[in-house]
Amino acid sequence: MSLIEAIRSALSAIGANALRSALTMLGIIIGVAAVIAMVAIGSGARERVDSQIKSLGANLAIIQAGNVTQGGVRLGAGASSTLTDEDARAVAAEVEDVVASASVITTRAQAVYAGTNWSTTITATDLDFFAAREWGLAEGRLFEPEELRRGEIVAIIGQTVAKNLFGDSDPLGQMFRIRNVPFKVIGVMAGKGQSALGQDQDDVIFVPLDTGRRRIVGRNYARDRSVQTIMVKFASEAAINPGIEQTRALLRQRHRLMEDQEDDFIVRNLTEIANTATAAASTLSWLLAAVAGVSLLVGGIGIMNIMLVSVTERTREIGLRLAVGARQRDVLSQFLIEATTLATIGGAVGIALGIGAATAIARFAGWPFVISPQTILIAVGVSGLIGVFFGFYPARQAARLDPIEALRRE
Amino acid sequence: MPLIEVRDLSRVYDLDSGRVTALGGVSLDIEAGELVAVMGPSGSGKSTFMNLVGCLDRPTGGHYRLDGAAVETLSGDGLAELRNRKLGFVFQQFNLLPRVDACANVELPMVYAGLDGKTRRERALNALARVGLAERAHHRPMQLSGGQQQRVAIARALVNQPRLLLADEPTGALDSRTALEILALFQDLNREGVTVVLVTHDAEVARHARRVVRFRDGHVIADIRQEPADARAALAVHDSAAPMPEAAE
Ligand SMILES: Nc1ncnc2c1ncn2[C@@H]1O[C@H](COP(=O)(O)OP(=O)(O)OP(=O)(O)O)[C@@H](O)[C@H]1O
Ligand SMILES: [Mg+2]
Repeated sequence: MSLIEAIRSALSAIGANALRSALTMLGIIIGVAAVIAMVAIGSGARERVDSQIKSLGANLAIIQAGNVTQGGVRLGAGASSTLTDEDARAVAAEVEDVVASASVITTRAQAVYAGTNWSTTITATDLDFFAAREWGLAEGRLFEPEELRRGEIVAIIGQTVAKNLFGDSDPLGQMFRIRNVPFKVIGVMAGKGQSALGQDQDDVIFVPLDTGRRRIVGRNYARDRSVQTIMVKFASEAAINPGIEQTRALLRQRHRLMEDQEDDFIVRNLTEIANTATAAASTLSWLLAAVAGVSLLVGGIGIMNIMLVSVTERTREIGLRLAVGARQRDVLSQFLIEATTLATIGGAVGIALGIGAATAIARFAGWPFVISPQTILIAVGVSGLIGVFFGFYPARQAARLDPIEALRRE
Repeated sequence: MPLIEVRDLSRVYDLDSGRVTALGGVSLDIEAGELVAVMGPSGSGKSTFMNLVGCLDRPTGGHYRLDGAAVETLSGDGLAELRNRKLGFVFQQFNLLPRVDACANVELPMVYAGLDGKTRRERALNALARVGLAERAHHRPMQLSGGQQQRVAIARALVNQPRLLLADEPTGALDSRTALEILALFQDLNREGVTVVLVTHDAEVARHARRVVRFRDGHVIADIRQEPADARAALAVHDSAAPMPEAAE
């Protein structure tokens, strides 16, 4: 008997008890659905983190001014301006494996162009910023070193600002005003899309660090060299944590902190933060894995049970098959194929259900999901294997029947 | 060389409640082309004998050669092949698969002979035509009368062209007229060269065999040859005596 014929006759045996078969498959269906949803959501979350890290720039750490304790009261990050752009340069020069170290001051301000207003984020920074964020231009150019040194009033704008302030006309070379200071557009950044937190990263205007300090933020910053944050990019992921330790030591020394004094800055590993964002998704994944494991086990036992029942019910049939010349292995493979077919159908239904569940969860929780052909192949394979594993014992019982006793059985 | 050569064949069951000797040393030869009826009271070992001859069971003593082959030496798969190629079984309870049609039932032995679907179908339809059921090929057992079901079972037993047809009370579940039809079929097949051994309680059935072997307590107590009655002639008489057979029964 060819395999296709064997499967066809297995299908007719399964169909003869459609309801019973369907109930038996339930465990496998739920198990496989959970596996599919788990993998889809897990890999979706992974993919999102990867794309976040990519959009943020890989191997980043961020140093924020603050965390100063005054009279026992801890002030939050940014509470005081202890970081300077000299710190940033020192980090670049002295910490190992630093690729870029950018000074950043951020504020919000209104940009005005020919009667159009647009409230946006102003980021005053240096060239290292663009290297750290791995962010390129759509058109125009970046700041010249000379422009940065002299604090010239030039600006590079993000896509959203370009669209809202200049509409369809070309912004390059145009003049616009921030706090009454006229800026000249020298470049437009490439589009970057939303950040991990859903912010529009293209809604930004970049100006040279000193220009921002003096012309936009105001005197406070203009007098000193302070910056809000320093963004440090390392050469590799492995270099981040040792680099952060070196940075801390360097900054403590530069800030002349005593042994018993706390840091007056905070260093964060951004890649790590992005990774922890998947914690929730991975918790759900583990939950689904547990459900999947238990259901597959229960489903397997269900198949074993129903196959044992089937062998008992069809004892005379087995006797007859043996009498007309079936060998033990023919009977064994008949029942194994039946169990495997049952499990595989369950698996197929489970895959459909799992894709549905993943779509629903993804939509509800706002997670992306990814279903690869491999996942589906593995799910089909696993359910088939469950059929073989749990079908083997009943099939062997069938094959070992004595033909005479089997024929005599009622 | 006889087709069946049985020497001192025995079958003893070891039960908790003691030993049961179902067959206690039977010696018998059956030549190719014979039509033999096996008779005897209930529990005399007829079925036990048939099961041993049919290679469904293994003896606890003695020797058995089927068509020259020593059956005791064969493995399980060897016995399966023998059942498949050389033997055809007909049972009292027909034993058809309920879920598939007559044709598929007849195909079953050929499935295990490894024939392809087309050949199987062709031969199954031929076998069904031979037992007079060509038009019922696609009916399920449930949709057939008892006699028709038994004829499907006979078609199934014949389809691999066996040397030997073994029938354990093939007419036991049928009325007398249908039994005559089945006997006529056996006589036709026997004339065509198939060796037939059938077990029966019914002396009327045994009359149609050329040889009658009687069992008692696991032994052969009589082995007689006779001039067999012709089942076809009996059928004709039966039908003329009762012009409306359906109503008469
Ligand atoms: N599996 C078994 N276990 C124990 N004893 C058995 C078994 N099969 C048959 N016997 C015994 O063997 C003896 C012969 O049984 P067998 O079935 O051959 O009789 P039979 O002549 O076919 O009877 P019947 O005409 O009622 O069918 C009986 O006494 C029976 O109880
Ligand atoms: Mg019997």
